Amino acid sequence: MTSDIAAILAIDGIATGAVYALVAIGTVLIFTVTRVIFIPFGDIAAFTALTLAALDAKRFPGTGALVVILAGLATLIEIVSLVRAREFRLLPRALFFYLALPLAVVGLAWLTMRAEPPLAVRLVLALMLITPIAPLLDRIVFRPIADGTVLLLLTVSVALHFALVGLGLLFFGPEGVRTEPLTSFSTEFAGVLISGQTMLIVIAALVFSGLLYLFFDFTLVGKSLRATAVNRTGSRLMGIRPARAGTIAYLLGSLMAGVSGILIAPVNTVFYDSGFLIGLKAFVGAIVGGMTSYPGAAIGAVGVGILESFASFQSSALKDVIVFSLLIPILIWRSLASLHSEEEIEE
Amino acid sequence: MRRLHVQLVAVAAVVCLALAPLVLSPFSITLMNYIGIYSLVAIGLALLTGVGGIVSFGQAAFVGIAAYATAWVSALNGYSPWLGLVFGVVLTCCVAAILGVVTLRLQGHFLSLSTVAWGLAIGFLFGNVDGLGRFNGISSIPPISIGSLALATSSQIYFLIWGIVAMVLFLGYNLLDSRLGRAMRALRGGNILVESLGINAFKIKLVTFVIAAFLASLSGWLYAHMSRFISPGPFDAGMGIEYLMMSMVGGAGSLLGGVVGAAIVTLLKNSVQDYLPLIAKGASGQLEIVAFSALFILFLQWARQGIVPFVARYLPKIKRERPPPAPPLPRRPQPTPGELLLKVDGAERRFGGLVAVNNVSFEVRSGEILAVIGPNGAGKSTMFNCLTGALRVNKGEIVFAGRPITREPQSRIARGGIARTFQHVKLRPRMSLLENVMLGTYARTSTGLFAGAFRLNRREEASTRHEALMQLERVGLGDKPFELAGNLPLGNQRILEIARALAADPALLVLDEPAAGLRRQEKLRLAELLRSLRSDHLTILIVEHDMEFVMSLVDRIVVLDFGSKLCEGAPAAIRSDERVQEAYLGGVA
Repeated sequence: MTSDIAAILAIDGIATGAVYALVAIGTVLIFTVTRVIFIPFGDIAAFTALTLAALDAKRFPGTGALVVILAGLATLIEIVSLVRAREFRLLPRALFFYLALPLAVVGLAWLTMRAEPPLAVRLVLALMLITPIAPLLDRIVFRPIADGTVLLLLTVSVALHFALVGLGLLFFGPEGVRTEPLTSFSTEFAGVLISGQTMLIVIAALVFSGLLYLFFDFTLVGKSLRATAVNRTGSRLMGIRPARAGTIAYLLGSLMAGVSGILIAPVNTVFYDSGFLIGLKAFVGAIVGGMTSYPGAAIGAVGVGILESFASFQSSALKDVIVFSLLIPILIWRSLASLHSEEEIEE
Repeated sequence: MRRLHVQLVAVAAVVCLALAPLVLSPFSITLMNYIGIYSLVAIGLALLTGVGGIVSFGQAAFVGIAAYATAWVSALNGYSPWLGLVFGVVLTCCVAAILGVVTLRLQGHFLSLSTVAWGLAIGFLFGNVDGLGRFNGISSIPPISIGSLALATSSQIYFLIWGIVAMVLFLGYNLLDSRLGRAMRALRGGNILVESLGINAFKIKLVTFVIAAFLASLSGWLYAHMSRFISPGPFDAGMGIEYLMMSMVGGAGSLLGGVVGAAIVTLLKNSVQDYLPLIAKGASGQLEIVAFSALFILFLQWARQGIVPFVARYLPKIKRERPPPAPPLPRRPQPTPGELLLKVDGAERRFGGLVAVNNVSFEVRSGEILAVIGPNGAGKSTMFNCLTGALRVNKGEIVFAGRPITREPQSRIARGGIARTFQHVKLRPRMSLLENVMLGTYARTSTGLFAGAFRLNRREEASTRHEALMQLERVGLGDKPFELAGNLPLGNQRILEIARALAADPALLVLDEPAAGLRRQEKLRLAELLRSLRSDHLTILIVEHDMEFVMSLVDRIVVLDFGSKLCEGAPAAIRSDERVQEAYLGGVA
């Protein structure tokens, strides 16, 4: 391997890693606020790419139908639980957030679609369509078992991923997509060609991590999310609703996953089931950060990207084997580094 | 319902299974074969996840290793499938042992995540190794032959599959009811509990993990020779989740639940494949996995316990006989009364900048009751944890019965003769009183894996049962030995912990705040019990802050304050000591 090749591989790896980093940060966000290890974030990223591709082809994406179905289901569950708790005055609010808002988003997207909007608007539309999915899934799947163990939540999360893969095939079909590059700009740095797309990916990752940092440190909502992460009961006593904090976390997380999906779509062909590997590799990165640290997760995800890039140069068939085998030493290091209090598994 | 009835039901089930091929259609037989093959993995998971509390997403990888191993031996190299069995089982168990040694020290969800990692890595390997046919798989695998009879049709291999399942269930239930099985069932109580019983928690986890992998390898061997063709698909991550689902649906922790879960999931999948096309034409393939995952999620939301435990609630309870008298278990040589038993010399323990225990020295002599007392934050619990090995001291030395135990792991200290109880009671709520106390005898007995599974240990088991009953009677809980420990009130739970500690035949009994949370009557009963133990020449160390309880009971008191030893002496002297009064009451006017 010459230094030229190494440089190309490194840049390639950093770009892939930056995409993983966005998903990884979302994963950490959800885990700290809700204790759910949300494996399906990779699916959200893949769905965004597929949505954008459909919009580019002037077709209305299947995401719309998916959101409508999920909104209907979530509304039904919310209404039933409110009626059972005899909280009738909360019904209009529930109808607004779980039914009217998602439907309005889909309707808006549908109307805008007919005007054949430019690329920038299509990007916004794709993100708009994708962001309601995770919060709605949270209401349907995770809210009823919010107090379960991390392991139960993890098992449910894995099952949910498989459901989403099936839904993905149903709503997007088996064809892979590759969207047009967002920019055709490219530059040469120290003798190595760097595409504008690569730079865009890295810049987007930096910008979004920065925004998240500002959100957490300088807004009240951000602080309430951090409080929920530290102690659910304590923050509840301070008037913070963990469920609402969870919804915000899912919204933010899916926004990041959506951006990563948009960024990866011009570089890699995305299929309905591409999300699993994106999600898992992001997740390896998140574990490097101990599932709690955002910079740690970002660094870990970039590390995974670089490793994958070099591994695929050595043996493209075994690159995934290498990446996932590496997770084990990382887990051991994390487990030794974090002093656990005795964790009991209750039956 | 008596034991005989259970045996009759089991025999009836075996007869039904044996006659099934005469009645069922070939398709149903094939379905039954799949159920049997999946059951083996699910039984392993019931043991690993349900009993041991280790959630594994990666069992499909073990099935795959064995299937590919036997295919390589028989289809590619032309040897007998039986050689394939040996190779597959040995290879799988070796891989599992290596993975286990590396990962089983991980905590909680880190451990489960590592199973996702190696499950995926091994799964990817099958499709990418040149010698194993890559994604095309390996075809023309020969059938298993017994003598000259080749088990080529599905109704022939049926008997082998279900014979193995029946055998595994029989041995599995035997194992769970043995010394090692009880240790496995204690794993969910946490490492500190398990180690305090003199059990090496890591070793038990490793054994459980390898057993689960062994069952998966049997399943893989049968699968390869039944379907006669293998490809990476059936061993990927998705299948790993499905196995987990089977064991959870059937009822994690119940071996029979593994079989029931495998049957339900397989039949459900089959009927989903049958009926979905009627509802949604053309989209059935996609909807199948959606419907399936949705059902699993609903199941986890509403019925986490699983089906077998749910049904078992409505079955009549099995009546059990009180254990008959049996020869006693060997006892350890007890120290002579008055001899120096425990010596703590200059113990110091820091947490960062905080010195929780600072240069504390005291001695315990055989046959006395010594109390370590002090106000909140005095360092009592830290001192206690250092004594039992849950924490290490930074400086100083602890000598027990002439042997330094300063650097020893918890389970070795427990085996050496220090038995403890817990401030926050750590019992196994779903095990009976008798079984909880039997856990205490672990270090005094020696039955291993095979002796337990094949019941070659009847004499020791009888002695253990009798010993446990004796200890229950000694503390006054002997009237209902088969009650579940979780049904006892707190006071009796503490007393049960003492019985469990006594079953270890300790030289020193250390009690961590035994009176905390007890009502007055319960405290009096506890004090009465401890006095009777002293009259049996047992040495007792109590860490406590209930002064009234301590004063009337103990021989000597060591007072800690802010991590240092304040004073030491007889109860009366301590009561009148001004420094103690100041520490507790904030000075005397």
